[in-house]
Amino acid sequence: MYTTDLSGKGKGKAEKAVAEDPALVAAFEARVASDEFIEPKDWMPEAYRKTLVRQMSQHAHSEIVGMLPEGNWITRAPNLRRKAILLAKVQDEAGHGLYLYSAAETLGTSRDEMTEALLSGKAKYSTIFNYPTLTWADIGAIGWLVDGAAIMNQVPLQRTSYGPYARAMVRICKEESFHQRQGYEIMMHLADGTDAQKRMAQDALNRWWWPSLMMFGPPDDKSPNTEQSMRWRIKRDTNDELRQKFVDITVPQAEAIGLTVPDDKLVWNEERGAYDFGEVDWEEFYAVVKGEGPVAKERMQARVKAWEDGEWVRDAARVHAEKRAAAKLAAE
Amino acid sequence: MSDASKEWPLWEVFVRGKGGLSHRHVGSVHAADAKMALEHARDTYTRRMEGVSLWVLPSAQITSSDPGDAGALFEPAEDKVYRHPTFYKIPDGITHI
Repeated sequence: MYTTDLSGKGKGKAEKAVAEDPALVAAFEARVASDEFIEPKDWMPEAYRKTLVRQMSQHAHSEIVGMLPEGNWITRAPNLRRKAILLAKVQDEAGHGLYLYSAAETLGTSRDEMTEALLSGKAKYSTIFNYPTLTWADIGAIGWLVDGAAIMNQVPLQRTSYGPYARAMVRICKEESFHQRQGYEIMMHLADGTDAQKRMAQDALNRWWWPSLMMFGPPDDKSPNTEQSMRWRIKRDTNDELRQKFVDITVPQAEAIGLTVPDDKLVWNEERGAYDFGEVDWEEFYAVVKGEGPVAKERMQARVKAWEDGEWVRDAARVHAEKRAAAKLAAE
Repeated sequence: MSDASKEWPLWEVFVRGKGGLSHRHVGSVHAADAKMALEHARDTYTRRMEGVSLWVLPSAQITSSDPGDAGALFEPAEDKVYRHPTFYKIPDGITHI
């Protein structure tokens, strides 16, 4: 049930002060270990709830901020077909954000609290959206690579232990596949076009490749939360496992359309049956996480502006609804 | 309406996939009133012909059972196996039963 139980919130805080009942914790761990789903009203450790709220709201924020780089090209899409597709895709991203907020709200955190956390900079979102979309080919690269990496991350989350999150992911994964294919199609056409178009496609791949690999998060030995999250089935594969899988799947896709992955250490390893590839620039990753991405400020300014400009609409609709409800009551 | 939150209330959304099926819970939306809740539900949950009919109702109106009572509520059914047809042994030769 997707009901926000805000009444439970105060209780949750009180419970945090006292130690959790070991019997409840053990029963919870056993349920999760046997792949049962945890539902909103079930007992859960505070740390599990907190981790989920953080992960799910971060995921939702990423969908919402993710509309900005692509929205940048809606008015300049090269033809009506592309424009209709891009509009539908950006609308999907809004939808994905809403499914996830709705699922996160079942843990007793209100939508306004999550919005506030994003706008104040307290909550994070995917670093990838702090890079600019300079050419039309970037829209292709985002769909193909960024949504491709997102799918890789999200498919295992369809079996994540928290029921509402898993159900939101099922819906999202169904829709995500169109995103990736439309992006690849854009790249395919550009790579098959004039020299200038081909250069544009290659340039986009050059710029988006490494940030896409960063989307899987820090390497396993530097990812302190991974072990706990895997035990709780909030996460089902490690960052490095998913990154490797993404490289193995994506490299042949680039080759098929005559584009070159910008990594001179990339080589097929016959023994492992996988690609060896170069080291991600983790310093850049941590800098972008801290908000030093090329357009990080611009992204937040856009979100704050949307929130503030929309305030009178939210207030007016609320007051109008209250007035109508009161008038209806008076008439009865 | 409470002064504590300026948030639009939360509504639970149910979609009928196609004629002949019952409405199924799919998620929730925030909206100022029922009409807006239907519009938001339509935009959020039926972008790909997922449904032919929508229900929305205020989340606060739902009464749900407590997971702590699940045992008392649902376990008694476990020892009433005679409510299932497989409980009864019918000889092989008997058909249409």
